[in-house]
Amino acid sequence: MRILKPQTLFEKIWQAHLVCALDAERDLVFVDRHILQETTSASAFDGLKANERKVRHPGLSIATQDHMVSTEPIRNEGSNPSGLELMQLMRANSARHRISHFGIDDPRQGIAHVIGPELGLVLPGAIIACGDSHTSTAGGLGALGIGIGTSEVEHVLATQTLALPRPKPMRISFDGRAGVGVSAKDLVLHAIGRFGVACGVGHAIEYAGSAIRALPIEARLTVCNMSIEFGARLGLIAPDESTFAYIAGREYAPADAMWDAALAHWRQLAGDVPAGFERDLYIDASRVAPQVTWGTNQQEVIGIDEIVPDPSNLPDREARERARAALDYMGMVAGQPIEGVAVDVVFIGSCTNGRLSDLEAAAAVAKGRRVAPNVRALVVPGSSAIKREAEAKGLDRVFLDAGFEWRSAGCSMCVSMNQDMIAPQQRCVATSNRNFENRQGPRARTHLLSPAMAAAAAVTGAICDVRKLA
Amino acid sequence: MPTPFKNFSGIAAPLPQANINTDAVIPATYMRSPSSDLGAGLFARWRYQESGEPIADFILNREPFKHATILLAGPNFGCGSSREAAVWALLRFGIRCVVAPSFADIFYENSFRNGLLPAVVTQAVFDEALAQAVGHAGEVFCVDLGAAEISLPSGARMAFSIPPMRRDAMLRGDDDIATTLRRESDIAAFTEADRKARPWIYSMEAAR
Repeated sequence: MRILKPQTLFEKIWQAHLVCALDAERDLVFVDRHILQETTSASAFDGLKANERKVRHPGLSIATQDHMVSTEPIRNEGSNPSGLELMQLMRANSARHRISHFGIDDPRQGIAHVIGPELGLVLPGAIIACGDSHTSTAGGLGALGIGIGTSEVEHVLATQTLALPRPKPMRISFDGRAGVGVSAKDLVLHAIGRFGVACGVGHAIEYAGSAIRALPIEARLTVCNMSIEFGARLGLIAPDESTFAYIAGREYAPADAMWDAALAHWRQLAGDVPAGFERDLYIDASRVAPQVTWGTNQQEVIGIDEIVPDPSNLPDREARERARAALDYMGMVAGQPIEGVAVDVVFIGSCTNGRLSDLEAAAAVAKGRRVAPNVRALVVPGSSAIKREAEAKGLDRVFLDAGFEWRSAGCSMCVSMNQDMIAPQQRCVATSNRNFENRQGPRARTHLLSPAMAAAAAVTGAICDVRKLA
Repeated sequence: MPTPFKNFSGIAAPLPQANINTDAVIPATYMRSPSSDLGAGLFARWRYQESGEPIADFILNREPFKHATILLAGPNFGCGSSREAAVWALLRFGIRCVVAPSFADIFYENSFRNGLLPAVVTQAVFDEALAQAVGHAGEVFCVDLGAAEISLPSGARMAFSIPPMRRDAMLRGDDDIATTLRRESDIAAFTEADRKARPWIYSMEAAR
């Protein structure tokens, strides 16, 4: 009998897609699903045209408008004039190459990483590629979601493959039970704070442990979404029966006999128990409080009951300067409690936290309360389908009655490529993924947190502990 | 499509902080149109006031560094967004090589696709390069890709690491897609077997 080396979940999936090894460090792997968005596809199509190349598998690709669409309640492509050219280019390129296009007028439109799982495009054990770094979201269903640049988008269109360095497997286990008011977003932000924004470079992270297993599917998508914020291109969670139940019946999910065959395959996917990880890290989920970032990258994060750290305590000069610059940019001072910091804008949405369960968590806090005076609060569903589901459940009324704006689906204030921007030095609490300088607009200040915490800040006018609001 | 990489000499600009993200390299506002001037947008929020006035003490606005063709950047350079416009902006500005202790994964790949050399060096080598970029301002660094070495103004030669196959492809100016398409038989064989092993992946094509 041949003895097989034990493999991690990641290694099994990678192996199943291996077309051939290219050299000592790189493989050519097959891409099962390719999702295109308007900001990173135009040059790729130009490249195909210049080289007279065809799209190899147009039927395995779909396109969606997300980054640049207006989120006005009533809208069309022209509602964001600055994005019109790229939106029209993708629409025309998709038509020319017979790629299904879910534009602003299509009920399936939404953020690429939200509609992938929602439509059953993302399947366990599959490789998904998209020209956006948050493609790792797909890992929540046990898929490999690979964020790529525009040249790689062209490469996938032309060859349906990617030539990539082989990532090394790494694991972060969240053991214990997360407390009330502590969400998937808090768990992952806390882990980035512990291990740093570069800890995952060159790695594929598998999230494991009892606190991960206990998460519903949408929360698992949130955790995997943030993989790139550890520096990891890939992050994933072993699929289980709740994963399969989530996928069953979705538009692009396999059905009937094909479903049975797929299910049998997916049940074999979990990693072998003795498989080794290059790095193996632990978090005690029971000790994690709701998290808020204080600085300008995601490792600059603390619990809601903590004070902003003092840069003088950091070991090297470079780190001290960097932390001081972050405090200065954010208008914060060392030793200040994060609780009580007044906010101007609240953004609830994005591929991290724009799913139905996120909106429900925010609505539970907003219900029967009012957005504080002088605070602008936006709720932007991650997809048009989520918007419809939320409206069917009356969530739009809850938000509107409380004084929130109820908007249409798109990336919105996460990337601020449409009109949804923050004014200079305004302070925004956001459920998105990046608190970088100028991300939400020139000199805009961003604090990342969970949907419930964002809603709590909206109704109190300041960063506060949602657990005290009950 | 990249052209063959040619060795060159030039000014190296120090920007040594860790974790410089691609939003800083090229703000999203410069990606709204395919005809944006990406070279002008490079590090725009650090280079200009909101009025558009240059910020005099930012490194790339200062002599001699405004003529830099090499960037010395801190670890995990290019983290965050996958935007390839970050690489395009560096190239349009005139930067042809970024030297750093480490690079973010997606930026590293994007660099090769466009002929921008991502040279990985040890922290000790980086510190020495940084000291000379400041101490010998105006004197040139020489990049030799074939030897995987950069000569410092002092004459010292520092090695950088680059996977040999990537180096050779850069020297030839290979088109990655053409290289992959030469594996046509491998791709076809994979797909034929995979259609039987995982038919549910391909049923999406038939359903159209």
